[in-house]
Amino acid sequence: MSPVLEVADVSKSFTMHLRGGVVLPVVRNVSFSVAAGECVVLSGPSGIGKSSILKMIFGSYRCDAGAIRIHHAPHATDVSRAEPREIIALRKRVIAYVSQFLRAIPRVAAIDVAAEPLLASGSAREEARERAGSLLAYLNVPERLRSLPPATFSGGEQQRVNIARGFVGDHPLLLLDEPTASLDATNRAAVVDLINERKHRGTAILAIVHDLDVRDAIADRLIDVTAFATAA
Amino acid sequence: MLDADVITRTRIDEAELADEPLLIAEGLTKWYGRQLGCRDVSFELYAGEVLAVVGESGSGKSTLLQLLAGQLAMSSGRVLYRLRDGATRDLAMLTEAERRLLFRTDWGFVQQDATLGLRMSVSAGGNVGERLMAVGWRHYGRIRHEAESWLDRVEIDPERIDETPRSFSGGMRQRLQIARNLVTAPRLVLMDEPTGGLDVSVQARLLDLLRRLVQDLGLAAIVVTHDLAVARLLSQRIMVMKGGRVIEQGLTDQVLDDPQQPYTQLLVSSVVPV
Amino acid sequence: MSERTYNFAYLDEQTKRMIRRALLKAVAIPGYQVPFASREMPMPYGWGTGGVQVTAAVLGPDDMLKVIDQGADDTTNAVSIRKFFAKTAGVRTTTHTEEATVIQTRHRVPEQKLTEAQILVYQVPIPEPLRFLEPRETETRRMHALAEYGVMHVKLYEDIAHHGHISTAYAYPVCVADRYVMDPSPTPKFDNPKMDNCAALQLFGAGREKRIYAIPPYTKVVSLDFEDHPFERYRHDAACALCGATDSYLDEVIIDDRGGRMFVCSDSDYCERRRESAPPAPQPAGTDASHA
Repeated sequence: MSPVLEVADVSKSFTMHLRGGVVLPVVRNVSFSVAAGECVVLSGPSGIGKSSILKMIFGSYRCDAGAIRIHHAPHATDVSRAEPREIIALRKRVIAYVSQFLRAIPRVAAIDVAAEPLLASGSAREEARERAGSLLAYLNVPERLRSLPPATFSGGEQQRVNIARGFVGDHPLLLLDEPTASLDATNRAAVVDLINERKHRGTAILAIVHDLDVRDAIADRLIDVTAFATAA
Repeated sequence: MLDADVITRTRIDEAELADEPLLIAEGLTKWYGRQLGCRDVSFELYAGEVLAVVGESGSGKSTLLQLLAGQLAMSSGRVLYRLRDGATRDLAMLTEAERRLLFRTDWGFVQQDATLGLRMSVSAGGNVGERLMAVGWRHYGRIRHEAESWLDRVEIDPERIDETPRSFSGGMRQRLQIARNLVTAPRLVLMDEPTGGLDVSVQARLLDLLRRLVQDLGLAAIVVTHDLAVARLLSQRIMVMKGGRVIEQGLTDQVLDDPQQPYTQLLVSSVVPV
Repeated sequence: MSERTYNFAYLDEQTKRMIRRALLKAVAIPGYQVPFASREMPMPYGWGTGGVQVTAAVLGPDDMLKVIDQGADDTTNAVSIRKFFAKTAGVRTTTHTEEATVIQTRHRVPEQKLTEAQILVYQVPIPEPLRFLEPRETETRRMHALAEYGVMHVKLYEDIAHHGHISTAYAYPVCVADRYVMDPSPTPKFDNPKMDNCAALQLFGAGREKRIYAIPPYTKVVSLDFEDHPFERYRHDAACALCGATDSYLDEVIIDDRGGRMFVCSDSDYCERRRESAPPAPQPAGTDASHA
């Protein structure tokens, strides 16, 4: 099964110029791949660099060495070397990312936050809102909240809006950073179902999950990031 | 594993990416006597992209915008623009008439001070309709109707179409300025601190409007701002300027989340989170 | 004490050459404002110095001069200027339009149709039609050069927005020869159509602003308007109380303290001629003049 995502010898460190140029290594020689229809979970203790790996794949972080290849037939793009507009195009159609915390934009209703990825890739407003609405409903976000900006929502409500936003499109690669962290059991189960449904549709999923039950329910493979950690 | 040689930086989605850039800036340089305004600024902008230019006072970002808008003569460098007919032309090679027509139809410029970008003694409708009249619209009813629909779009009550901007608040004046610029469906909009001087709640409303308009109309925009939050909200790409030079550029979230240059790190860390 | 003598028509020959050169340029570019070095004249600015300089430059010893002010030959200004030229040029003067070869006018076009043998000289206060919206001279020159006249229609738009119709009653902007937008001087818009395809040469002089412009004979002059608010001639709802004319521009004259008034032709020569040739049939005072 050909991979959707190939991470090859990726290394990253932060150089803190404001602290005299001290270098904080994060990860070294990270290599793994994720195929269509499989869910790979990154494991390891907090701070080991799991989120950083997801961000490098999405393009939010730079990587110092190595390659991150996204296969989206008939093309393949190395995110670590791509031009900003190529990454923007990738994010529209290929890679969706559910971050740990929702970045709330002022004045935008929850339903529009969730619908936005579809609008960005060209769907009509009504159609996008409909899909976003049904996802929010599935995630138990009540009707009355959908027209309100999420800035005042609880952590769990915000996260569900974030998840809807990540799942509303048809992106072949899904990156999930602690999708169930602030959710109760019902909603955790709902998210697990969403993930499995996408797996069946052939989406490649790379996730960070601490909850062992959720992990067992979705993971096809585990990758222990400790193996790529650099010495402190 | 696939052969690394085979994997090159191929174009992602030909149908999606425009074939050619909309705007190409090459080596833009401006000296004010011996004082440097900006130096060697080069970038490409594609249709539908929003580029934020951030920096502190004296960084050269406003000079850059004025060079692009033709308000200042450049010391060296050139600006190439792809016109509506598909031809890419050096702006300096256009006749003045062509250039002024371009700025009135295909480009917009939203000034920081709305009183400079509007005719304060002319009604809102006249302000919005002016560009239409300048390109030959001669039917009063249709001009008025178009003005009304744009006022509505920028959330100004169309009933106020006959009032002059003197009676408008700062935020309303800025929204009127946006309508005035967008009425001829420009493909590129330059903005100089569009939220400068406005109250925070007013800023939020304006940014929201800009975000939606940029998305709905597929505008390309260059937004000069000192406010990183504005950059994050509106732009996909960012250029950080200091002392007249571009010291870092790239994806907005990448530059703001993982700044590489010392100055960028300083800038990002200086913002007090709310 | 010997009598002071003046050069023919007061101005020295070099000055007249300079003005004529400006006039030639103006005629070559209909509607374009040509700067000229306006001279000190023996009348203050605002009293027709521009018109007087143009007249002085084109006047010859065989010319017959007529001077009108708001259509009348007998107002103070008209009389003064006529006497001025009689003294300094020794030319014959007349109040009859069809006899004159040079007609200097302030703010009116004669009702009588003009011929190819005549020159009409207008006195202009502010020559720049764009001045009201654009105070910078550098910018208005650019706008004319690039034919950027959108702002003129903004003015007309504002009129309609505020008054329901284009309310500009005089100095109504026109487009000359499909190129330059021009201020026809503060003549009533009633007179604008007379400028179109006129057989006479029309010259415009602004002394204080130092500009000369011209409309050659048989030139297209179109008043600016909108498709759905076309230019309309002002129609009086009255006839002249003295001569009965229904097609001339009328002045309203208050005749008593009780609001009584009558309407008479503004063009005094026209009215007189009509009275001479037809049996007078004084009409009762008409109703208000209004837009058609």
